[in-house]
Amino acid sequence: MQGLSKRYEQRAAVEELSFDVPAGQLLALVGESGSGKTTTLKMLNRLIEPSSGRVRIGGRDADQVPPHLLRRQIGYAFQKVGLFPHLTVGENIAVTPRLLGWGRARIAARVRELLQLVELDASFEARFPDSLSGGQAQRVGLARALGASPPVLLLDEPFGALDPLTRDHLQQSFDRLRRRLGLTVVLVTHDASEALLLADRILVLRAGRCLQLDTPHALLSAPASSYIEQLLAAPRRQARVFEQLASVSEHA
Amino acid sequence: MREQLALLPRLLSAHLALSLFALLVGVCISLPLAALASRRPWLAQLAQSAAALVQTIPSLALLALMVPLLGALGWSSIGFLPAFIALVLYSLLPVLGNTITALAHLPSELTEAARGVGMDDWQQLTRVELPLALPLIIAGVRTAAVWTVGAATLATPVGADSLGNFIFSGLQTRNLSAVLVGCCAAAALALLLDGLGKLLLSGLKQRRRSWTALALAGLAALYLYAGAARVWARAPDALVVGAKTFTEQYILADVLAERLRAATQRPVRVQASLGSTVAFDALCNGDIDAYVEYSGTLWATVMRRGAAPSDRAAMLAEIRSYLAPLGVSVAAELGFENSYALAVQHSRAEGWRVRTIGELARISDGLVMGADYEFFARPEWSALQRAYGIDFRERRSMDPALMYQALQSGAVDVISAFSTDGRIAAYDLSVLADERHAIPPYDAIVLIGRRLSTREPAAAAALAKLSRSIDSERMRRANLAVDLQHQAVADVARELGEPGRAE
Repeated sequence: MQGLSKRYEQRAAVEELSFDVPAGQLLALVGESGSGKTTTLKMLNRLIEPSSGRVRIGGRDADQVPPHLLRRQIGYAFQKVGLFPHLTVGENIAVTPRLLGWGRARIAARVRELLQLVELDASFEARFPDSLSGGQAQRVGLARALGASPPVLLLDEPFGALDPLTRDHLQQSFDRLRRRLGLTVVLVTHDASEALLLADRILVLRAGRCLQLDTPHALLSAPASSYIEQLLAAPRRQARVFEQLASVSEHA
Repeated sequence: MREQLALLPRLLSAHLALSLFALLVGVCISLPLAALASRRPWLAQLAQSAAALVQTIPSLALLALMVPLLGALGWSSIGFLPAFIALVLYSLLPVLGNTITALAHLPSELTEAARGVGMDDWQQLTRVELPLALPLIIAGVRTAAVWTVGAATLATPVGADSLGNFIFSGLQTRNLSAVLVGCCAAAALALLLDGLGKLLLSGLKQRRRSWTALALAGLAALYLYAGAARVWARAPDALVVGAKTFTEQYILADVLAERLRAATQRPVRVQASLGSTVAFDALCNGDIDAYVEYSGTLWATVMRRGAAPSDRAAMLAEIRSYLAPLGVSVAAELGFENSYALAVQHSRAEGWRVRTIGELARISDGLVMGADYEFFARPEWSALQRAYGIDFRERRSMDPALMYQALQSGAVDVISAFSTDGRIAAYDLSVLADERHAIPPYDAIVLIGRRLSTREPAAAAALAKLSRSIDSERMRRANLAVDLQHQAVADVARELGEPGRAE
């Protein structure tokens, strides 16, 4: 990514953003709502066309490829999930493989594999999205993003609608999964602790500008600004409180 | 009723063919147009406005407008084509409107997801947008189906057979059972189509293959039936007799048809309930072969001439020379006249000592006149005013069927009437003499088209034999028999044509 910008009329949503994600690594875009996280993510697969700057994926300029072909190589999980209500869970997961012209048997096997991967029972395959809970829908959304085994994955708040226990569980299994498959991932989250737990590197965004791009360790030890310090203060305090509570109960 | 039921299969299949194929073509136009418009807001605006504009034209007028429009293009201007085109136009709005609305209001996260998973524009449209819009699209098609089936009853006056034949002729001849048969059959057809649409929608929504298949099979069967009936009904060598929309015309058309049948041994069809100018255009185009016209109508409406000569023979000669280049000739003068006349109740005419229009003019500014909708706008009325200086205290336009009741109840004192109307005798009315000949002659004449005059001498000769065979009194009694005594048109026509055959 080089000098990526998006302007609406005069207002800049994202300004001169440059970063790169080495293959197999996970970059988290962190910031409060309106900071330009989702806009940045959508510019990566050209759901939003950048006003200026270039995106290169796997050594190729993204604007050299027709956008729909580009997107078939990039899994995308939406914040609002956006499962197609007229298709079953299985058909939703199979949508990109089908566009790529995979054979029937290969698609069926892939759907079963992905349901297992996101820890949903095989019986979900024939169900319709309107019968799913928020968390189940998000898992299916993740499975759909992974459908065609893309080397690159873009995730927009993929664990947002989950209850804490499930979220923790799914975060861990996702972490194992992406390491095992060697996926290159860009993850958008407003939750700093999620970013700290999952990311190789974190990019902190504020008002469309990059405040700091570093590893979780460096971010914690040397925050570049007081804003980042504040952003990380909450998870730290929570962690301390948990530890104190735990030690109190041990002493008791 | 038996007469109607015998006609039902033919008219039902004609109605079905007309409305189903108009619907099909309408959907084939509006659906792609709506899909195209979903990417082009200006087109959506344009298409919807145009379709809405069509909808504001009353359907009867829309159908009637097609006749001169197609005529100007040099196409067959009566029968299936004008009705078909008008119905196609009429069916556009519901499908177009519903589809455009449905596509415009899809949740944005779904259209974005469609792009996000790698669909191109076409795939996004066909795999996501149209399936999601389907319930509203089908609702639109159902509305269009009901509208089209309903509006197809108005195809009769432009010369296309439909269930409207029952309704138009039934209303004219006061045959309520015919009207009822037409209305019920059309309603049943509309309900059937709507039901199939509903079944299809439920089948698709609930993914019940058997329902979907049943609905599609039902529709396919209807289309097959309509298509087969349409092909079957084509008998190009049949002769066609036209009739306008009133009782006398129905009877006379049957008389002509009977003569043609006997003379040529060919199938003869009556195309009834044609609009007034439609019949003449149809004859010129060869869509019909013969019908009965009135000299005054030709003079004023077709030839657009002013005051008519009082010499009947001279007028007829001028008419003949006008018609000849159009390929139309006069086969016979039937021997009676059906003109506009002023009628009053016999007893009151005696009381006033009034027998002529001139005598009525002396007292008319104290009287109320009732007339059909067009009378006061017609040249005949201004001619009367010029000739007699006549006017009334009040003029009322009303439905012809109500005029006679209004006269009896005393709500009006004078009415416009047609001189052969059977009700003149039935209600004991006096027709006032037009001693200054202000109203042109309306002699009934048999017109034939090019096919009969050049290639069917036997047929033309058979019609020529009708010359002077029906006088005003006989025509009036025949009209009365149908209008008030509810005898079948065919029976009355047989009796009316009988003496001529004996000659």
